[in-house]
Amino acid sequence: MTALTLTQICKSFGPVDVLKNIDLSVEEGEFVVFVGPSGCGKSTLLRVIAGLEDATSGEVRIGGQRVNTTPPAKRGIAMVFQSYALYPHLTVRGNMALALKQEGQSRATIDARIAEASRMLNLEPYLDRRPSELSGGQRQRVAIGRAIVRQPQLFLFDEPLSNLDAALRINTRLEIANLHRTLKGAMIYVTHDQTEAMTLADKIVVLRDGRVEQVGSPMDLYNNPANRFVAGFLGAPAMNFIDAATVGGPAGHSLGIRPEHLHIGADGPLSGQVTHVERLGGDTNVFVEAGTDQPLTIRLFGQHDIAIGSSIGLGYDPRQALLFDAEGQRRPH
Amino acid sequence: MNIARHSRLNTLAMHGALIVYTLIALFPVFVILINSFKSRRAIFREPLALPDAESFSMIGYQTVMKQGDFLLYFQNSLIVTVVSLFFVLLFGAMAAFALSEYRFRGNTLMGLYLALGIMIPIRIGTVAILDMMVATGLVNTLWALILVYTAQGLPLAVFILTEFMRQVSDDLKNAGRIDGLSEFTIFFRLVLPLVRPAMATVAVFNMIPIWNDLWFPLILAPAEATKTLTLGSQVFIGQFVTDWNAVLSALSLAILPVLVLYVIFSRQLIRGITSGAVK
Repeated sequence: MTALTLTQICKSFGPVDVLKNIDLSVEEGEFVVFVGPSGCGKSTLLRVIAGLEDATSGEVRIGGQRVNTTPPAKRGIAMVFQSYALYPHLTVRGNMALALKQEGQSRATIDARIAEASRMLNLEPYLDRRPSELSGGQRQRVAIGRAIVRQPQLFLFDEPLSNLDAALRINTRLEIANLHRTLKGAMIYVTHDQTEAMTLADKIVVLRDGRVEQVGSPMDLYNNPANRFVAGFLGAPAMNFIDAATVGGPAGHSLGIRPEHLHIGADGPLSGQVTHVERLGGDTNVFVEAGTDQPLTIRLFGQHDIAIGSSIGLGYDPRQALLFDAEGQRRPH
Repeated sequence: MNIARHSRLNTLAMHGALIVYTLIALFPVFVILINSFKSRRAIFREPLALPDAESFSMIGYQTVMKQGDFLLYFQNSLIVTVVSLFFVLLFGAMAAFALSEYRFRGNTLMGLYLALGIMIPIRIGTVAILDMMVATGLVNTLWALILVYTAQGLPLAVFILTEFMRQVSDDLKNAGRIDGLSEFTIFFRLVLPLVRPAMATVAVFNMIPIWNDLWFPLILAPAEATKTLTLGSQVFIGQFVTDWNAVLSALSLAILPVLVLYVIFSRQLIRGITSGAVK
């Protein structure tokens, strides 16, 4: 069954069109990530799905039901917010119980669900604490627990990891991935971080300026981006773009090469001066000024001793390079 | 105190300045208090001396207790102040929530209109207010005072609380909506506790002028049954003779309830329950 169907969703704030004709479907048990630069409308889209904003036009269906006029609490959704949004006056237990009490669940059901959620999230020792007595990571787990106990058809995550530090972010990312495997519910996850998108998603939806740029599996989007925006947005370090004419391609087009597809070799068609080297231990990123708009980035595996200022030649496999026309659309070559 | 950032000299100077200011601020209260326990002659002979065995006298308090119904005046003042504050806070917070939370046509205009009251003193409208009170038969009732003070306090309350409510996290309110809380529950259970310090500020700002007001009680409710404390104390101040013992005693007694209310609100002022709600 389809967990969520969006049909021709538009949203305007006064004269500003934030979402433009969004069509999308999310299957049962699917993990979908909305990703895009800030201001692309991804959070607004999530709020439209949640019912916190009304769609200006279009139809939202959750579990087959049209929910355009259904209040958020009755849509069968649960949401995790970036700022945790825990109720400061309630304990962890109270935070998780509130929505269930509002639904009119029995005392026993509430207790059972809280027990299960707190076991899954290792929150048992903290059930009687207030949010102010918890660390950031614990607060975010409570927020996730508050969503789990409702057993929703659809989980909505609004940049849940943005307030956590780097180490905790990776841990919580793993936890969310595990939760998705355990709960098997459909999840929609909004982020501006392409790493989170790539690691968590079954399906990535890339948004820009209120439009869907491309939908697909992470590897699909990485290997076959539909346009220059998607190619440049996914992947870190970002894809290199060079004027196709400089390497014998059609004029006006640009050639996109992933940093790991460039290699150092005197016989290559490109050459330049090393301006900076990032040594990460496992990888080495080399930045080269090669007369292109942006310096080129080369990602080498392992550790390499490359002097800054040295001149190097660069080569690539033409089969791994992607061709984009002047409008940024992908072209076969 | 962090030793690295505070030199001993700075700390001393800071505390010195604060102590001096405290002394200056408390001096009049102190003088009122000590003189309320002295005989009339001792008040004039040595106004700054502490009451001793010879000059000690409770005559002021006795006069206050005998003259008129001071307990009733107290009660009136307390009722008017507390009920007015309750309405100012309730309606002010509700209006502020609507202004800060909902997008509707004329939102900004409405906010400006409500804030306009801060700049226009309500006493300008005294004659019209008296007319209205006479027409509605509210003259010489406590409701006349409560209504006027509520109207007087609302503009500042709305203005201050709107700003504070804008700072309450949207996520928190939305989490409540998703959990199925009604807008009223969100307002009373989530937003109000978070703006408690602002509510306390508004309460303190409004409390003192209401408690001390002489103007409206004199005009709208001068009857014996509705006299407030400030109005009741005026019997001791005559054109030619003033019973200083009684005036000072009445003033000393009048400080107490305000002190209690202030302590209640100031505890709220410093309680930071917002920590942990949002990052």
